[in-house]
Amino acid sequence: MSGQTPVIELRNVDKSFGPIDVLHDISLSVNAGEVLCLLGDNGAGKSTLIKTLAGVHRPTRGQFLMDGAEVSFERPRDAQEKGIATVHQFGGTFPLMTIGRSFFVGVEPTKGWGPFKVFDRKTANAIAVKAVRDFGITRIDDGDRLIGGLSGGERQSLAIARAVHFGARVLILDEPTAALGVKQASHVLRIVLEAKRRGIAVVFITHQVTHAMAVGDQYAVLIRGRVAANFRRGEKSREEITDLMAGGEALADLDVAMEG
Amino acid sequence: MGNLSFASLIRRPESGAFLGMVFVFVFFAIFGGRNFTSFAGAASWLNVAANLGIIAIPIGFLMIAGELDISIGAMVPAASMSMGIISGHYGLPIPVGILMTLGFAVVIGWINGIMVVRTAVPSLIVTMGTLFAVTGLTLFLSILLTNTTAVAMNPPAWAKAIFGGFYFNSYQVIIVWWLGLTALYVYFLHFSPWGNWLFAMGGDKESARNAGIPTTKFTIGLFILSSVSAAFVGLCQTILFNSAQVSTGMSFIFNAIISVVIGGVLLTGGFGSVIGIFFGTLTFAMVNQGIYFTDFDRNLSSLIIGVMLLIAVLMNNTFRQMALSYTGSRKKD
Repeated sequence: MSGQTPVIELRNVDKSFGPIDVLHDISLSVNAGEVLCLLGDNGAGKSTLIKTLAGVHRPTRGQFLMDGAEVSFERPRDAQEKGIATVHQFGGTFPLMTIGRSFFVGVEPTKGWGPFKVFDRKTANAIAVKAVRDFGITRIDDGDRLIGGLSGGERQSLAIARAVHFGARVLILDEPTAALGVKQASHVLRIVLEAKRRGIAVVFITHQVTHAMAVGDQYAVLIRGRVAANFRRGEKSREEITDLMAGGEALADLDVAMEG
Repeated sequence: MGNLSFASLIRRPESGAFLGMVFVFVFFAIFGGRNFTSFAGAASWLNVAANLGIIAIPIGFLMIAGELDISIGAMVPAASMSMGIISGHYGLPIPVGILMTLGFAVVIGWINGIMVVRTAVPSLIVTMGTLFAVTGLTLFLSILLTNTTAVAMNPPAWAKAIFGGFYFNSYQVIIVWWLGLTALYVYFLHFSPWGNWLFAMGGDKESARNAGIPTTKFTIGLFILSSVSAAFVGLCQTILFNSAQVSTGMSFIFNAIISVVIGGVLLTGGFGSVIGIFFGTLTFAMVNQGIYFTDFDRNLSSLIIGVMLLIAVLMNNTFRQMALSYTGSRKKD
């Protein structure tokens, strides 16, 4: 659209598992500070698509570009190192660990010297609490609390804050609001907007059109492995999007049947 | 403030284990008389605790990581026999016997680990396989090589002093090993960064892997650790008793798991502490040995242990609920 180079871009990507074609000719791009909402019914290929973005799968055909340069990920770790972070429904957090410890799993801060390095609890707690509070979750103030004691929205927010803290440039949010109540979901949506404000490219997967309408800049509707529609904010109404998500024709037919 | 310190206390997995241990100690101090608490009397349960504790902590690590290793029940007698055959029957130097025995344990632990991470078969089943395989192999090789199921060994004084001797008449040297290893494990689990990996793996293996933790290598390492620890106890026993025999070490399986659970480790993984397992082991040993100091029928010790185990499991669940519902100094309104 503008002269900006997208942070991530797929060009004519196909993905097959053996004889089964799951994705056909997918072309999508997301700019920095933009939210792409990926909509689609169950089985539309959403999870295959995000796994391809996250480096779990490699495209069978087509190009995957980051900042305009073609990339190829062998495993999820490669994608993470490039700054692509996936946050799953349950936030990739550990219910029986403290906030501070969970935040730094795999990258623990230590103090001390030589072989006697000790996990630096104070620093870990302080950084974790600050990172979450900066995202507007002010109810978290003690890094020693267990993750399991947090609400679903807080866990999601913590996971997003964690990804951003460790340098994520692309956030893939896999149905972050699916299991949440109205209030909790609005927390998470606010976090998504904050991530966007910080210039992060967000891919937001959801079933809920309302949530998508609230944060999206760009929308892509996936039907049976194809991009059925790709449009900007404001180009389609809520009803049109719902129809598209449900497969378009099916729902229209139903309307006719009901009216007739 | 008082509320806060109480809350942070109950969040600790070892608090229940500590209470249980104090209760058992007081119980046997009353009914067992002065002998139970005397210097010589304490050795009887400390010796049991040390032999069990060296195995129980690595088993606890595995349980925190969501795995289990019951092949230790075969590793203890296998290592004992291997030590006896190599350094007793064949008369090779003690260090050779120790290295070969521990080397064998590394191989068994590695096989356990590889099979668990490659096949995704529950580790209970995998290690049940190696439990029987190693038991059979031990018997077969013992008969094949020595024509008996018991071999004698005559370890030199230095080996006795380090691995299998008595101090102050009745204290086995393995107690020192137990205390030293416990301190090392406390550092490992609660202070080093690796401890964090272990909890993360037990909490959610997939997320742990996504966070960059080498879960496969780590799991295999834990199986090797438990196998080597069991072998160490086995070879120390051979040096202590100057002989080895193909007995069963099956009691170690249950005793270790009981100690770990009484010690507050959750069966579902992701939660536990080394000090808790340490207390759990002591509790088990006190009940196991303490009964001999009392007038009660000794069969009652199993009853007590069974009841304690059930109480511990229920308490662990309660503690976990309390730990999860603790929301810090500020309460929800």
